[in-house]
Amino acid sequence: MNPSTPWTPLLKALLRNRSALIGGLITLTVLLGALLAPLIAPWDPLRFDPPNRLSGPSPEHWLGTDQYGRDLFSRVLFGARFSLSVAAVSVLAGLLVGGSLGLLAGYFRGGFDLVISRLADILIAYPAILLAIAFLAFLGGGFANLVLAISVVFVGPFIRVARAAALMVREEPYVEAAQAMGASHTRIILRTILPNAAAPLIVEATLRFAYAVLAEAALSFLGLGIQPPFPALGSMVSEGRAFLSLSPWGSLVPGFAIVLMVLGFNLLGDGLRDALDPRLRRL
Amino acid sequence: MASYVLQRLLAAIPTLFGVALITFLLMRAVPGDVVTSLVGLEANVSPERMAELRRLFGLDLPLHVQFAQWLGAVLQGDLGSSLRTGREVAQDLALRFPVTLQLTLMGLLVALLIAVPLGVLAAIRRGSLVDYFASLFAILGLSVPGFFLALLLILLFALALGWLPPAGFVPLRENPLENLRHMVLPSLSLGLILAGAVTRILRSSMLEVLSRDYIRTARAKGLSERVVIFRHALRNALIPVATVIGIQFGSLLGGAVIIEQVFSLPGVGRFALEGINLRDYPVVQGTVLFVATAAVLVNLLVDLLYSLIDPRIRYE
Repeated sequence: MNPSTPWTPLLKALLRNRSALIGGLITLTVLLGALLAPLIAPWDPLRFDPPNRLSGPSPEHWLGTDQYGRDLFSRVLFGARFSLSVAAVSVLAGLLVGGSLGLLAGYFRGGFDLVISRLADILIAYPAILLAIAFLAFLGGGFANLVLAISVVFVGPFIRVARAAALMVREEPYVEAAQAMGASHTRIILRTILPNAAAPLIVEATLRFAYAVLAEAALSFLGLGIQPPFPALGSMVSEGRAFLSLSPWGSLVPGFAIVLMVLGFNLLGDGLRDALDPRLRRL
Repeated sequence: MASYVLQRLLAAIPTLFGVALITFLLMRAVPGDVVTSLVGLEANVSPERMAELRRLFGLDLPLHVQFAQWLGAVLQGDLGSSLRTGREVAQDLALRFPVTLQLTLMGLLVALLIAVPLGVLAAIRRGSLVDYFASLFAILGLSVPGFFLALLLILLFALALGWLPPAGFVPLRENPLENLRHMVLPSLSLGLILAGAVTRILRSSMLEVLSRDYIRTARAKGLSERVVIFRHALRNALIPVATVIGIQFGSLLGGAVIIEQVFSLPGVGRFALEGINLRDYPVVQGTVLFVATAAVLVNLLVDLLYSLIDPRIRYE
């Protein structure tokens, strides 16, 4: 990789990879839609329109309306915005906490490593969805608590990935060289270990992003997310269930929105893995 | 072998202890307890009466004493009684676990019935239409939420075609045929999603195995392609699949929680959800510990299965 333009070869590799390209396009569309939701949404997502309730797609309501006559397209845009913010903050929090604990454990080894590895074992053995549900049932829903519940689940896997990467990198001659030159631990970890351990962490983060969207959707579906009437994709699917035989649009539209989002991240994650680390490439 | 099993079981103890401790603390870290949620149903209960109730449930004791008491009882096989119904948690679990087990096993069966042929075919005909379809199927399996797949299946098979019931449960002993009819859609919802992950792993591990020397040898000595694929290749390719299923067992149970909710199945997952919503401490503690223990045991079982699949792997 040419150090002066580290992103060019990566970008080229991503563009050559068909699934990464499709995934990237989907992700970009979803991101734009979510970011620009207040500008794009044709209706107020909370506006009731009883005469138009449970209608299918029409020129007026592109994707139909729900049981209160609220515009589904506008609600899905805002719901996606919420999902993506929860996912982004959860992955970032899991990456920061789990990633740093894992790097430190792998670098220093010894007693600290033992404690951290045990912690990861416990977190991974804990039934993930029950952990998240328990958190939310006690703390109540809302943005911060959703993030807390999902990121706690992520800490374990991030510890494992970061620790494994650090263990591998610390045996390399260039780490020994840095130590011989008298570099401090902080400097070695930040300048030598971290950049070389970055690839698996980035791949893990992208795939975790897909998982975070799924987790937020499942928790909202169970009624543990944010309070109605604010739109969350999972709770929209759940609310629409009562009206399936009258008009399935209320559940189908948010459901397919979730699938599209997660599919985009999964395809992009696979492509990134192939581009960043050919050794991890699937055959 | 026996000493290996013992060693693994001993190693699981600190993990399960951690799970128990986290659950215990989590349940008590937040305001409100079962007394407030019970009393919430009936207005004007005096504070004295509430204090009396707390004393009755042992909630007035220091935390470490409560934990020690609970753990001591658990070690004797007593998971306590539900604070709400008064029924023994272990008894309720024994009643509900068969439902979850049936759902999980049927889900697993669906997954293997789809994933094994699809994964093998995709690897043999690499780059063909089948391979392309397998990849598409796998990525969709990883991207569709279980509850949404369940809803699509209900919409198609229950509401539109009317072939199967949309929800509900009939015990296996009461009426096996009706039981199966009620379990088909839940098992498909769980199994199709797992099938995605398994297809993906099996395809890549088959591809790897097929490039090995012993496969070339097997072909060179004139064995039929069928024997080469199924006797020599598939058997070796199944090891990573077993690992993935073991790892996924936890999320399979997690998925079961949601699927049980969608289809109103009286399983362990719904039991835990009800317990959490009502702050029924013994129910939640007992269920979580039970599920975590099951996950640990399944992982051990998977490791032992390796030596069945591949006799060279022995445990000392």
